[in-house]
Amino acid sequence: MKFLRTILDQQGKQFEPGGKFEKLYALYEAADSFLYTPGETTKAPSHVRDAIDLKRLMVTVVVALGPCILMAMWNTGRQAHLAIQGGALPLATWQTKAMETLGLAAFDPSSILANFVHGALYYVPVLAVTFMVGGNIEAIFAVIRKHEINEGFLVTGMLLPLTLPPTIPLWQVALGTAFGVVVGKEIFGGTGMNILNPALTARVFLFFAYPAEISGDKPWIAAQTSPDGFSGATWLSKAAVEGKAALEQGLTWNQAFFGDIAGSMGETSALACLLGAAVLLITGVGSWRVMAGVVIGTILMSTLLNMVGSDTNPMFEIPFWWHMVIGSWAFATVFMATDPVSASQTNTGRWIYGGLIGVLGILIRSINPAFPEGWMLAILFMNIFAALIDHYVIQANIKRRGARYAT
Amino acid sequence: MLETYLNLALKAIFVENMALTFFLGMCSFLAVSKKVETAVGLGIAVIFVLTITVPANQLIQDKLLSEGALAWISPSLASYDLSFLNLLVFIGTIAAMVQLVEMATDRFFPALYSTLGIFLPLIAVNCAILGGSLFMVERDYTLAESTVFGFASGVGWFLAIVALAAVRERMRYSNVPMGLRGLGMTFVVTGLIGIGFLAFGGIQL
Repeated sequence: MKFLRTILDQQGKQFEPGGKFEKLYALYEAADSFLYTPGETTKAPSHVRDAIDLKRLMVTVVVALGPCILMAMWNTGRQAHLAIQGGALPLATWQTKAMETLGLAAFDPSSILANFVHGALYYVPVLAVTFMVGGNIEAIFAVIRKHEINEGFLVTGMLLPLTLPPTIPLWQVALGTAFGVVVGKEIFGGTGMNILNPALTARVFLFFAYPAEISGDKPWIAAQTSPDGFSGATWLSKAAVEGKAALEQGLTWNQAFFGDIAGSMGETSALACLLGAAVLLITGVGSWRVMAGVVIGTILMSTLLNMVGSDTNPMFEIPFWWHMVIGSWAFATVFMATDPVSASQTNTGRWIYGGLIGVLGILIRSINPAFPEGWMLAILFMNIFAALIDHYVIQANIKRRGARYAT
Repeated sequence: MLETYLNLALKAIFVENMALTFFLGMCSFLAVSKKVETAVGLGIAVIFVLTITVPANQLIQDKLLSEGALAWISPSLASYDLSFLNLLVFIGTIAAMVQLVEMATDRFFPALYSTLGIFLPLIAVNCAILGGSLFMVERDYTLAESTVFGFASGVGWFLAIVALAAVRERMRYSNVPMGLRGLGMTFVVTGLIGIGFLAFGGIQL
């Protein structure tokens, strides 16, 4: 790998101030520090040395997303194949043609390879569009505003496709990514300076701009569904109509935990999210306080609703262990709520922040008939109040210390 | 009965937030949201004034201005409809109320006055206050309902401005592009907070 270093060092001169490509320094710097640990050291005496920097931090999140991504591809294919087996027709798209060309047109839900390939044919284009659009915007901003290109974008680009349904039109993906990266992050100055999670901003923008495709009322399966054959409604919308009975008859808890259910591409599997959570917690990248807060908030609120009960709203009777495996609870808790930038940054604040997300998410899921799923909205809402929580935690701390040392 | 009031209050705080859904009271919302402490002061003043003026205007509307309201003075006045005057009268009432409240707090609660004092005159011209009274007329609230509505809209406005102030304090570390610095960025952030509040859109208790 020596030659790579040599190339970078030789070409580097042209990007230094005064060089030919001075304006494009950000692009060179991105490639350089992505491949190698930066060589610069602090000029004044430094006090703390740590091998982890922003880039390594972000790459850890990408690694933690691995199980979810694999699961996204397998499950997208599997759900489509199950639907086709149940009477639905394959979509008239290039993906189906590609499957025929590859000789996998039997659409067998028990074949791991066929599931995987079919899912990848839907997932990879969405991922590619996200990266192309987001990457270009990030590069343009970096060049003009002279900041570094950050791997934060890599995480945003990984998160967004996992929260989208497989059949989403690619132009919507592009539009959402552009909105999320520009309004959610770049106009605040880039990674680390934003107040809202950029991936969530993109997702919520799409949710409100194109409710027909993404609100979750329609089936999210990559197959032509029909009302009499295979309806394909998500379990969450079934639960909203028929309550706990629908869940217990239709599927087992283990099945939902493993993620063998219809939904957004990467959000169905609580198991994959749990593996990701393990990586985030062991490396200390994700805050365990936020995750624990969400879990406690969820349990408290859903138990409260169980006790209150309701004759008209079947969502009230869903116990928390079901709440945690259907919809996007696990994904939102592990990857969206723990975003270190948009979450609260004090330890006490993290408990409050997480707890309120749990409470609000269950509330929106249960009592708001307009939205079947509540986690992304709950997290976005708490992103806004994270700064306020921090403010009061810090004020309380100052007051306590003042009282301790005053007299 | 209690449920109606609770529903009304939650709706006024979250679903139909004065600042974020109707964009009322924007001038002070944007101008006085640089620090959390001042935002809290202004927010409390708004809650205070809304809780007093909306029911006061409801009484005026009900007993003086609406069609046939004057019948309680003498039956010969029953044919008058003075509701075209309500905009003028409401502004007058709000200004008078704010003055009264200011004098009363100055006399009886000097500590409260020193925190709210500067904001009270500002509130006389805050359109969220007038908006509260006009919504009350439009939606035919009773006296009790308008008290709840006034208080809850105030709380909603308070929440919005305090959230915005905390976000703006945190944004001291942001690097906003030149052209957007200051008010421009505040408008964008207000919009984003508005999207956040959409989480509650459609809730019916």
